Amino acid sequence: MTRAPLAALAFALAALPALAADIGQVKTAAGAVMIDRAGTTIAAKPGMHVETSDVVRTGADGSVGITMNDNALLALGPNSVLALDSFAFDTTTYQGKFDATLSKGSLAVVSGKIAKQSPDAMKVRTPASVLGVRGTEFVVKVD
Amino acid sequence: MTRAAPVAFALALGACSSTTVVLLPEPDGRPTAVTVTDARGDVVLDQPYAAVRRNALRTEPYASNADEVKREFGAALAAQPPREKRFTLHFPEGRDEIADESRAELDAALAEIASRAVADVLVVGHTDLVGSGPLNDALAKQRADAVRAELIRRGVAASAVQASGRGSREPAVATAPGVAEPRNRRVEIVVR
Repeated sequence: MTRAPLAALAFALAALPALAADIGQVKTAAGAVMIDRAGTTIAAKPGMHVETSDVVRTGADGSVGITMNDNALLALGPNSVLALDSFAFDTTTYQGKFDATLSKGSLAVVSGKIAKQSPDAMKVRTPASVLGVRGTEFVVKVD
Repeated sequence: MTRAAPVAFALALGACSSTTVVLLPEPDGRPTAVTVTDARGDVVLDQPYAAVRRNALRTEPYASNADEVKREFGAALAAQPPREKRFTLHFPEGRDEIADESRAELDAALAEIASRAVADVLVVGHTDLVGSGPLNDALAKQRADAVRAELIRRGVAASAVQASGRGSREPAVATAPGVAEPRNRRVEIVVR
């Protein structure tokens, strides 16, 4: 009987790294691409990881492509601002939740495992609307 | 009065802001949909190139097309990361050693990883429907860990490879519980 709680604890501990910092990775970046994180701004480069609450910004010549940990693909065109508000993904059950906000510019999305497992668990907000994602590929623009 | 002005200005900006959404076709024709919700209700886009433009004053559904999407969203689409590629390795019953006939697939995965500028790799273990859920979860993870170790031994950076197990949740072939099915005893290497 003592084994089951220990096993549960081991699973809980094993799940912790997935909740920590890394929620996705920058795969492509061209021109000016910045990430606002915890009060500082860093230049985004391919290979860099993104974290919850990061705000990704592109300049007039900028574009960036990010692969999230649930396989969702996000790509921003120029003059865009995208906040990665929250992201949680269980790699065993594929349950999760993903909220992002596009406050300006253009975004191309291919949704991932979170939206596939639970329709509407992925949301993209804009100043005027909320997008509930059931299928996979779409583009959205704020102007 | 000096404080109210910026707030009113910001509200006016929000009211002017418009959102345009275009649903793109699925590569394999599967059903797809996006719901666009605001204070006036939902608009469901569920056909290829179905589109809507919304602002505070109106909702304007329209049919977009490939040329318009390219014109309006070309820069974002060009920045999309490469799609994932999947490789499947098989395993003997109850074991975590890669089957000999899956070695070529492992080599193919290594070649794909090497070809990408920024590769990260997910190794996902699966079992067949023989045995209990917890045992299969553990076996699936063991299989994934074994493949992860092999990828690292062959030169992939440890920080770029994550292993996880799905147990028997996602059989490649549907079977009754308790059926030994070689095609379900597998590890998927997802290169992305």
